[in-house]
Amino acid sequence: MTLHEHDVIVVGAGGAGLRAAIAAHEEGSDVAMVTKLHPVRSHTGAAEGGINAALRDGDDWELHAYDTMKGSDYLGDAPAIETLAQDSPEEVIQLEHWGMPFSREEDGRVSQRPFGGLSFPRTTYAGAETGHHLLHTMYEQVVKRGIKVYDEFYVSRLAVTDHDDPEERSCHGCVAYDIKSGEIVGFRATDGVILATGGDGQVYDHTTNAVANTGDGPAMAYRAGVPVEDMEFVQFHPTTLPSTGVLISEGVRGEGGILYNREGERFMFEYGYANNAGELASRDVVARAELTEVNEGRGINDEYVYLDMRHLGEERIVDRLENIIHLAEDFEGVDPLVEPMPVKPGQHYHMGGIETDENGETCIEGLYAAGECACASVHGSNRLGGNALPELIVLGARAGRHAAGTDLGEAGVPTGPSAKSEDETDLDTPVQPGALDVDDSDVAADGALVEPIDVVEHAVEAERERVRQLLERDGTNHAEIREDLQKAMTENVNVFRNEDGLKRALEVIRECRERYQDVAVSDPSRTFNTDLIHTIETRNLIDVAETITLGALARNEFRGAHWRQEYQERRDDEWLKHTMIAWNDGSPDLYYKPVILEGENKEYEPKVRSY
Amino acid sequence: MSTQITETETETETESTHQKRRLAEKHARADMRERAKADLSEAEESVKIKVFRYDPEVEGKKDPRFDTFRVPFTKGMTILDALIYARDHFDSSLTFRHSCRQAICGSDALFVNGRQRLGCKTQMSDLEWPVRIEPLPHAEVVKDLVVDMEHFYDQMESVEPFFQTNEIPSGELEEQRQTRENREKVKMSTRCIWCAACMSSCNIAAGDNEYLGPAAINKAYRFAMDEREGEEMKEHRLNIIEQEHGVWRCQTQFSCTVVCPKDIPLTEHIQELKREAVKSNLKFW
Repeated sequence: MTLHEHDVIVVGAGGAGLRAAIAAHEEGSDVAMVTKLHPVRSHTGAAEGGINAALRDGDDWELHAYDTMKGSDYLGDAPAIETLAQDSPEEVIQLEHWGMPFSREEDGRVSQRPFGGLSFPRTTYAGAETGHHLLHTMYEQVVKRGIKVYDEFYVSRLAVTDHDDPEERSCHGCVAYDIKSGEIVGFRATDGVILATGGDGQVYDHTTNAVANTGDGPAMAYRAGVPVEDMEFVQFHPTTLPSTGVLISEGVRGEGGILYNREGERFMFEYGYANNAGELASRDVVARAELTEVNEGRGINDEYVYLDMRHLGEERIVDRLENIIHLAEDFEGVDPLVEPMPVKPGQHYHMGGIETDENGETCIEGLYAAGECACASVHGSNRLGGNALPELIVLGARAGRHAAGTDLGEAGVPTGPSAKSEDETDLDTPVQPGALDVDDSDVAADGALVEPIDVVEHAVEAERERVRQLLERDGTNHAEIREDLQKAMTENVNVFRNEDGLKRALEVIRECRERYQDVAVSDPSRTFNTDLIHTIETRNLIDVAETITLGALARNEFRGAHWRQEYQERRDDEWLKHTMIAWNDGSPDLYYKPVILEGENKEYEPKVRSY
Repeated sequence: MSTQITETETETETESTHQKRRLAEKHARADMRERAKADLSEAEESVKIKVFRYDPEVEGKKDPRFDTFRVPFTKGMTILDALIYARDHFDSSLTFRHSCRQAICGSDALFVNGRQRLGCKTQMSDLEWPVRIEPLPHAEVVKDLVVDMEHFYDQMESVEPFFQTNEIPSGELEEQRQTRENREKVKMSTRCIWCAACMSSCNIAAGDNEYLGPAAINKAYRFAMDEREGEEMKEHRLNIIEQEHGVWRCQTQFSCTVVCPKDIPLTEHIQELKREAVKSNLKFW
């Protein structure tokens, strides 16, 4: 059995993973990255807009924190939000010192621009390809430091001890499938495993996410006993290209781009969706406005609206948004210098995820999560544009330092089932959610295992058995199951939600789970078997989809990205709380924990969120 | 006065060459689309793709062969869309790298109809049908369309591909200054997505395995031209690319520049580094 040992293992090598690895390395740890894609292939590279950071006179971290709390619709936790706002400036300057090619002002300083929901133009950017530069700059630093990268290794199971109470469990490593050789390999982490697996947009069929964004981290952590938090909050970006889901940056609206309906009306103002901010209202507000226009017959081809930036002039567009010209031409066949771009909402980002505190730690000892796969929670029910990249670098760095043994002080955000304030008692689901048989979890399933190395070896054995079965038996191909799941989610758990649709989705998800019992891999090869990897991913998508839908059904209110037909207003008296779902060894337990609105210097008072 | 005019003219000319190239490509694409439409009205709406297949351990695939798939054609369909369709509907063992679908992850550089292209940003309607899809030439095939990228990564990492300077500002939250002109100077070079299309197209790299190759030299250019690194570091970087298997090997065939999916003027960058190296060597005479 091949077994690698390191102090810290980082799973995933996008923005959060790279930053975590660099931080752990700087603290003196022997750190290794284990990733299913080579680092530069990560989807952080597709981020366009920028990084919010209070760098300039007239701005300060408290304003950034306030905007973020307001944007979160008062579902973010103040300790996490304030940490993000406080640490972001030095992290951005750190990137600059690492050579990141930011756009520049006349005086040579880094450029910032306005973004939706911000009270100060603090979105620091590098053209309309900020994520690409952030990703490459940090990978360069990983190369410089000689950090070991196991690339094209697919982590498919965590090695976690099997205690009844998840808060008593420990994570000792993980199991990965070496994609090139087909070998199943154990990784022993003496100090910690950091999950940085990114998004899970493949739950939907229209998404800006990459094909690789399959929620592997949330699904593995969930099955190992870490609760997932606020899963119903999925961000639909208002400007994606209709035929592919390719993202058109909010930067277009930040620079002055305008949205029109079929009648040529600037609907954000004319129909009163956002009388002050117009196109630059928060993403959830704009996405709902667009779909309302389409539903009321004012869309184009009953599908999309127009985003027009021609009036900005070719010079300004080429200077600040050149990438958008290429994207619109290559993926929609539209020249945005000549005609407006068709756009519609598409799944973009998941606010919910693996429950962590502001140091990236989960309730399982030695298990961390950072970046989109995690929920600290800094975004609450809606993420502001330009707040994802600071989350990667701020929380990635903190998770890396903490795993390496640095004392970051006691966290303000409580984690684990012990933080429960209230059970969900009257959720009416049409089918039983969770596992089909109770052994369907990732924990070691043998209470006798206490030696870390035994836990890892046991997990390797369990994974070998799963893969052997998938390869040997005959059965259904996963692709049909995945397609049906994605369609059901887009149809029923989208921007607009209602009880009937959510229940229908739960039924489809249950069917998918049952069909997955018979799933088989038809490619017999051990070499680069993507059929096998996609099949394992599809299992993860099923678990993630179910938690999104359960959360959406439970939350009887409209907050941020979550809108319910039956409950069209925010209900602070009852819902200033996080929706938590614990796998509970296969019988999901839905409960709540309170939102923390108490900041360092002030209490955030929920206000009506208008733009 | 006259100097000023010359400068302006030179600039305009560079701009218009670039624009001309893009425009010509655009017209060619439009023509192809028209032809594709005409073809479609006659035939059924499907396209044949011939895909290279190889697996070192599966009987029947140990000897390389081509499989033909007939895929329903839809407007806007890319090479990658066709491959995904064939895999999900006909043969789940069909293997290729892909992730972002938007030309930023650089996973899916392929050899399509005899040229290196990114599968996700190549429209089916821009090509002669049937479409022939092969793995990148001059790289070892792992399986089907997947090639071993290790050599490419090794070359990239051999040029010290990370920012280095001795002059980091010490003030709190103080950034290094960079002029807009200098940022513009390195802009194109920072767009590289490590897809390896250039390396695969390069005849010199094919014959000299130690040649750094266009992507790695471009990476060196990205740092050598960045004023924030300082003059001393620039000398160091020029020494790296001046080695035996460095810039002087380039014979300006422009094949890398032609295939680069991010329009990076690779050959120009290599030539500029040659000039910089000469200038720098003259200084020490």
